[in-house]
Order: sequence, then C-alpha cells, then structure tokens
Amino acid sequence: MAEGSSAASTATQAALVAEGIVKRFGDREALRGVSLSAAAGEPVAIIGPNGAGKTTLLSILAGIQRADAGSVSRSPREIGWVPQQAALYGKLTVAENLRLFARLEKVAEPEATVAEMLELTGLADRAADLAAELSGGNRQRVNIAIGLLGRQDVLLLDEPTAALDPRQRERVWEFVLGLAARGTTVVYSTHDLQEAARHAERVIVLADGEALFEGSPVALGETVEREGGSHSDFEEAFVAFLRHRGH
Amino acid sequence: MRWLLLKDLRILRRSPGLVALLILYPVVLSVLIGFALSAGPDKPKVAFVSLVPPERGELELGNRKLDLSSYEGTLFDAIDPVPVDCDGKSSLQCRQAAIDKVESGAAIAALVIPEDFTDRLGGLQTLALSGPPTIEVLYNADDPVKAAYVEDTIKAELRDANLALTTQFTEIGLSYLDLIVSGGTVDVPVLRDVELLGLKRAEEIVERARRDVPPARRAELDRVIRFSELARENLDLSGPLLRSLREPIRIEQEALDGGSTSLSSFAVALAVAVSLMFITLLLAAGALALEREENAFARLVRGLVSRTGLLVEKAGLAAICSLAICLLMLVGLGLFVDLDWARAPLWVVALTVATAAFGALGVAVGAVTREVRAASLLCVMLSLPLAFLALVPSGSVAPALYDVTRAISALFPFRPTLDALDAALNDSGGLAAPLAHLAALALAFGALARLALRRFA
Repeated sequence: MAEGSSAASTATQAALVAEGIVKRFGDREALRGVSLSAAAGEPVAIIGPNGAGKTTLLSILAGIQRADAGSVSRSPREIGWVPQQAALYGKLTVAENLRLFARLEKVAEPEATVAEMLELTGLADRAADLAAELSGGNRQRVNIAIGLLGRQDVLLLDEPTAALDPRQRERVWEFVLGLAARGTTVVYSTHDLQEAARHAERVIVLADGEALFEGSPVALGETVEREGGSHSDFEEAFVAFLRHRGH
Repeated sequence: MRWLLLKDLRILRRSPGLVALLILYPVVLSVLIGFALSAGPDKPKVAFVSLVPPERGELELGNRKLDLSSYEGTLFDAIDPVPVDCDGKSSLQCRQAAIDKVESGAAIAALVIPEDFTDRLGGLQTLALSGPPTIEVLYNADDPVKAAYVEDTIKAELRDANLALTTQFTEIGLSYLDLIVSGGTVDVPVLRDVELLGLKRAEEIVERARRDVPPARRAELDRVIRFSELARENLDLSGPLLRSLREPIRIEQEALDGGSTSLSSFAVALAVAVSLMFITLLLAAGALALEREENAFARLVRGLVSRTGLLVEKAGLAAICSLAICLLMLVGLGLFVDLDWARAPLWVVALTVATAAFGALGVAVGAVTREVRAASLLCVMLSLPLAFLALVPSGSVAPALYDVTRAISALFPFRPTLDALDAALNDSGGLAAPLAHLAALALAFGALARLALRRFA
C-alpha cells in the first residue's frame, strides 16, 4: 500500500480509480497491485526511476494493454490518451489529422470540434500545415488535442514534454493546466521532477512496479523529514525517499 | 474504416515519388522478365570473311550453278554479319582482321570461309578425295555463358546450312540415278553433252535382240534382262531412301501437361503476376507498418478501430490499388499482345482473389515489422526468391528437390496467382482450383497477421 493518502479514501469523488493493477511480462512482474485515484480537474503526476512501470500503468489505464489483475473505473473510450511520441500522420495537415480522429471518435460535429481544438491549441493559423512541418512543441499540442477530441473527462499523458525545449514545455503545460482548470482530470507520467512538483497537485511514486507514495509533493518532503532525511528541494526529497526504501 | 481508407489514399496521393516507385519498379521489372522470357536472342554479330576469290565463287552442283555470295546470304541469314575490310590484304591478314573484330568486341565470333571452299564443295560430287570443305569459327571464350551461346548459335546455323547442302546433293544424286535408270543427256566437261542410254532403254534393246537370237542362247540374254529389271526396281527405291537421309527422324510433339499458352501470353500472365505481387505486398505491409511508425497504431486500436478491421482496411487498400494498376497494365499489354477481351471478367475475378491473398500476406509482413523500410525490405526479400522458386520447371532439378520447390511454392500466393492469371487470360486450365488455393492462403495469412498483430504490436 502506498504511503500518503490512500486511493480508497478519495474514491468517492474520484474521476478515475484504478485498484490492484498487476501486469506480468513472462516471469517479470512489471506492476504489483498498483492503485491510484484522481479527482475531477486534478493534475496527478506519476514519477519514478526508469523501468518503474509508469508507461505500463498508463497503457493499462488507457486500454492499450490488458492488466493481469485489477480494475479501472472507466472504459478506454471514456479516457483521453496522449502517447509519449506524437501519434499523428506527418503527411496530413493539422486540421486533417484532427478531422480524421474526430470522425473515428464518432464526434457529433467533427468540423466544429476541429475548429474548437485548433482554437484551444492556438494552432488555427497552422491548420493547413503538414504535421511533419511542425515543431516538436506544436506536434505535441496537436497530439494532446487529438487526445481531447472525444471530450473525455480524464486525460492521460505519457511524458508529454519529453524531448521539448523549455519554451515549448512551458507552452504545453500552460495548455494542459488550462484543461485541468476547466475540470479535466489530468494524469501524466514524467521524468522531470521539477515539473511534477510545479504542476501536480498529487504525485504517485512508482518503483519496481510498486506504488510507494501517493500524496502532494509537499507531503513527500514531510515523509522524508519524518524518516530523518534532509532535502532542499523536491528532487532531493524524491531521491532520499527512494534510497530509504532500498531503491 | 472508411475514413482510414481515405486517409491512406490521401497519404499516397501526397507521396508521388513513393507511388511512382511502387508502380514503376514492379511494372518495369515484370515487363523485363516477360520480355526476357518471350523474346528470342538477337542475331549475333559475326565477322564474316570469305577468302574464296571472286572468280571461284561460283560452283556447279549437278546441272545447277550455285553462287557463293547468294549462298552466304541464305546460309547465314540468322547472323548479323560484321563487314571485314580485306581490300589489298592477304588471306592471312584478312583472317587476322576478322580476329581483331572479335577481340575488340565488335563481333562475338568470326566465321572464315577458306579459299578452297568451293573447290572442296564441288569435289563432293566427284570422286576427288580432297575431303569436305571446312569453315573456321573463331570466338572469344572469356565468358562461359557467351561462349556457350556462340557455340550453340553457330552450330545451329551450320547444321541448317549442312541440311540445305544435303538436300542439294541428294537431288544431284537422284538426278544421276534417274539418268542411269531412264537415260538422258549429261553435260560432261570437255565432251559437253553426252547421251546416256539408261537401264530402261538398254532393256528394251536387249528385248528386241532376244527375238533374233537362237532359243539356245536366249537364257543368257534373259539373265541380262532380269538384271536390268532388278537394278531398275531397286534404283527406283533409292529415291525415297536418299530423301529420307535429309531428315531421318521426324519429330511429332504433344504436350502432356499444361495448356496451349503461347510464350508471349504466358509472359503477360507472368508480368502481371509479378507486378501484382510487388504492389500488393509493399502497399499492404507498408501501410500497416506506417501506423506503427507514426505511433498511431496504439491510438487507433484502443477502441477507434478493431485490429481485424485495421488488417482488412490495409489489405483492402492494397488490393484496390493493385487491382486498378494490374487491369490498366493488362489493357496496355493488350495493345501489343493478342488477348481475348471476352475473358476480361475472368481477369477481374483472378486479380481480385490474388490481390486478397497477397494483401493478407502483406499485412502479415506489416504486422511483424515496426517501420515501413523494414516492411518493404522484408517483402522484397521474401517475394523475389519465392517467385523464382515457383518458376523452376520440372526436370531441371532432382525430383525430390522439385517436390520441395512445389511444396514451398504452394504455401505462397505467387504460383496459384500465375496459374489463375494464365487460366483467366489464356484458358490454359481450370480457374477454380487456383482461386480456391488463393482463397485458402488469404484466410491463412489473414489469421497469421491477426496473431502477429497481437504478439508484436
């Protein structure tokens, strides 16, 4: 069981609840009974070292992989998903990409939705540009917009700012946090601990397939202090937390 | 699925280089294969030198005159003679000039007719013991394939020339026999026209003389008459015998298996089958691999499109494009090769089922690869050897090995596609069996693709 606030305690108000997720790849157990919950409009960060199981957990929540055990409160169609690498067609324009996925999502008014997403992403003036010609940051904005086409209340993002420069990161976070402010539950994985500390209301620490902590970034620092550790920022607190648990 | 299909067509439209390559490469390759298969070799370039002096270029065979220059023309009409400049040169220098043509690559061989060619040829009709004339063939054997080609070509040409001469000599022999049997006039050098009596007239003379001879001596004349009769009858039989020497064995051919497809019609079926294979495989495999290369696969299969639907869409895309191109190709080839247009509905059926089978194989390849380049490479590496394997003719390898090649070919759609197209285009056999074979392969590869997608994607 993760330290901090438990998944069960927030389940009643949660927009997304996952309980006891287990995933095995052959003999290796990638996830060992991981549980999490996220409230409506809450940004939640999943952090952990490489191989901790972050992407696997998000893939299961998104319905791309099947869990060997455990449950997720929403079906994949009820969850928007943004993969780590932009999943769009380089030979189609921004508008065509959005239109295609809107139609596949069976959106009632595809054209209106595309226009709305172009407005939301600030890419209306680039609508006719091929996706292959966009910068990494803009591609990621389109990638996120595609994840939002189904107008789901929950959005999963797998390392959304990886490989982006600081300016592009800032634009992406501005966009994502704007969605959260409008009530979308945002669950994202990241390697950037400063981003997790800055943008998440809650963090979930995964290591070796186990959820070791679930709570606010401040609560993680307090846990480290209670255990006799010292830290000057969130990154040091995270490292001390894992070291204390043998990771 | 409709939107995905339209998306793929739009992407293809925006990739003109790729589409051109995808169409041109297999079409050019298949047309080249078809051309190589159906076109015979060109006339070989041969440096031709006749050392026979012009005044001895005419030869009398029996009562016919043969001009060596016209004889050369008909004798070597299957070669492309390369002129050798012999003006002011000795025989040896002229021969060397012909050799130079071969060594420089201007000709693949040199054919040298010696000075005494007509003398020796003429001597064959006399009792002169000078031996038969000899033609000298000189060629460069630096390449064993070329050497074998030259040997075969020249030998075949000389065989035809010898046959023509044999006919000529046989006719001379027969005319001599006719003179012996029936008598007549023969032109003998110096003596000019000489009257020959002949067995028939000699027999008549002896018959008349017999009446005036005393009965006691008639028995001897009867023996002469009897000999004359027997000789005439036996010499009459010599005609068919001598004629049979020109072609002792006649060949009667009958195909036991396969249809009566002409080589050019079969080449059309082969060219279309090769194009169909490449276009369908590359498109199906590439389109599926592209979904993973663009990271869109996971997004699509989490509820937007089923995995099976995705496979059907990619195989369908490849089949539609391939069908259209192959039909256009057939129409184009039909301008040059005589095709039975009334069978066009059968072409469509054969092409449709074949594209389905190759489409299924293509998505199976696409399902195990993550990139378009890897998928394309795998398609080429897989398809070319299998196509060549399917073309291995019986009797060219050991029976056991041939059975293995047939078994392997049966596991892939190329051979049944070729059979189906041959049947549809040329009425060379039943269409149902190859179509059933292709349908079974389509289902099997479709199932494999679905399995691979679950395992690798």
